[in-house]
Amino acid sequence: MTPAIELRATRRAFGSVIALDSVSLTIAPGEFFALLGPSGSGKTTCLRLIAGFDQPDSGTILLDGEDVTSTPPFARNVNTVFQDYALFPHMTVAENVAYGLRVRGIAAAERSKQAVAMLDLVRLGEFGARRPHQLSGGQRQRVALARALINRPKVLLLDEPLGALDLKLREEMQAELKGLQQRLGITFVFVTHDQGEALSMADRVAVFSQGRIEQLDTPRELYNRPQTAFVASFVGSANVVGREAARFLTGSSRAFAIRPELIDLLTPDETAADGCVQCAGEVVDVLYHGASSRLRVRVDEHTTLAVARAETTGGAVEGLAAGARVRLAWRPEHAVPLQD
Amino acid sequence: MASRAEFSLRGRQAFYFALLLAPPLLWLGIVYLGSLFTLLLQSFYAIDEFTARIVPAFTLATYRQLLTQPAHIDIIVRTLLMAVAVTLAAAVIAFPVALYMARYAGPRMKALFYVGVMLPMWTSYLVKVYAWRLILAKQGIASWGFEQLGLMGALDSALEVPVVGGPSLASSYIGMFVVFVYMWLPFMILPLAAALERVPASLLQASADLGARPGQTFRNVVLPLALPGLAAGSIFTFSLTLGDYIIPSVVGAPGYFIGMMVYQQQGTAGNLPLAAAFAVVPIVLIGLYLALARRLGAFDAL
Repeated sequence: MTPAIELRATRRAFGSVIALDSVSLTIAPGEFFALLGPSGSGKTTCLRLIAGFDQPDSGTILLDGEDVTSTPPFARNVNTVFQDYALFPHMTVAENVAYGLRVRGIAAAERSKQAVAMLDLVRLGEFGARRPHQLSGGQRQRVALARALINRPKVLLLDEPLGALDLKLREEMQAELKGLQQRLGITFVFVTHDQGEALSMADRVAVFSQGRIEQLDTPRELYNRPQTAFVASFVGSANVVGREAARFLTGSSRAFAIRPELIDLLTPDETAADGCVQCAGEVVDVLYHGASSRLRVRVDEHTTLAVARAETTGGAVEGLAAGARVRLAWRPEHAVPLQD
Repeated sequence: MASRAEFSLRGRQAFYFALLLAPPLLWLGIVYLGSLFTLLLQSFYAIDEFTARIVPAFTLATYRQLLTQPAHIDIIVRTLLMAVAVTLAAAVIAFPVALYMARYAGPRMKALFYVGVMLPMWTSYLVKVYAWRLILAKQGIASWGFEQLGLMGALDSALEVPVVGGPSLASSYIGMFVVFVYMWLPFMILPLAAALERVPASLLQASADLGARPGQTFRNVVLPLALPGLAAGSIFTFSLTLGDYIIPSVVGAPGYFIGMMVYQQQGTAGNLPLAAAFAVVPIVLIGLYLALARRLGAFDAL
């Protein structure tokens, strides 16, 4: 099957800053794909190259098997939902949605018919006559979505689609986007710096750091099997144990990552199960989060491990304060070895 | 207690605001609106033909005089046509300059352009007008330039066109038009550049993304969003041309303009009511122009 999007050794530099360093990437048709990374990691540059707002210094970009590296944006069968939505302030909501048809010379009657259908799809049927500034942030986002989808693109690009929304709306829109993508069967590519968003919506995630893809995997693999220290700490904030500390804790000098929720906290009279890695330490602080508590435990001069305890098993945490001596244990198979 | 304290604070704030606003409001209310009202009032008086004294009694005689004498109508039409022509030309010349300044120029180039646009305003208006008279004179640098380029024939045939032509650029409506456009161009460029600068780049990208070619993006997005700036700039060029009396008296054909008529009627001719009636004409025309611009949606994007 021809990939929906293919990047081959794509490179883009701004002056001396390398935004994208020889990135290769293949996205299958109908896939919900996330570009995840901190700001300045190259994820947005990658999206802009696919949309055609920017051209790579070298490398090739293919859409549906066709080389579009120097094709202008208006000639690409790709549409974008912008971070600030970029709705035209001088047009009504319906005119905004119908814009893609208007510039293609489609008759006014047909345009408004399709615009109404699109607005119904995003549950804004009765808002067509309003101006964008009369809508809430969540509504504007849905208008931007309808406007981008009316051209029936093969690929929909979303730049931090939920970034400007508050938490509750963000969770609602996550479910809505996921549902929409499954109904339409279009390839969705979205940029985000929020690992939670990437894990909950995407089929596959490319983690960007310093212009390169650190790891490309399914959310589950990414979370459970991070390959590098960066991925381990950026996705799900695992403890990253460097070579020095690893030698002290496990006797092996292979760096590894361990999730806070996989570390056991032992009471003084408890003994660890057979084969467990054990160590002693001093509590630095305890943060109560409701569903769970999070402790930081200093196990040696340079190493502090985060330990998460669910509220349901939190008996051991109660009464613990900074300075308390505790013992930690984890099963060796839970420690994920990292590449250097 | 708390609400009383809040109330007194609000009362004090209101007092300070009033203190701060009083001088400008008095200025606007008395000096500006007051004199405008007096002017309007004067236009409803008439002058006694024998004694040449103003008779302070309400009459429409002065307006009748203004609107029934063909020479007066000529003056109004001539001024209006010049104002429209100057506004159109200024808009056409200013647009690419403003677009370049707002969207394409780097920070250094942009600063250079802003200084370049505003620098002429630091020079005395009279100096510039008289300089233009020399530039456009029969033996001036303009005709010399045409001669060097071998375009003397084109200049001569332009000056032979009836009404707008004349013996030289400096004594034709063409020359006057050139000077007007030069004088008011910064007043068109600056608001236009400000309006274009406010258009977010993402809107242009969104337009291209949805399939619009560059020309379509310009027509559908850039131009409508620049309209408020274009309207603001054209109000400047339009009203400044309608009211000016120096340029038409220094450069161009001998035909009268509204401003010259006001100057002459309130001075040498001593007919203050007629001068006032003439002064009302630009006010009415600009009012009509604003209503038209509003009807056409120039302020919708504000």
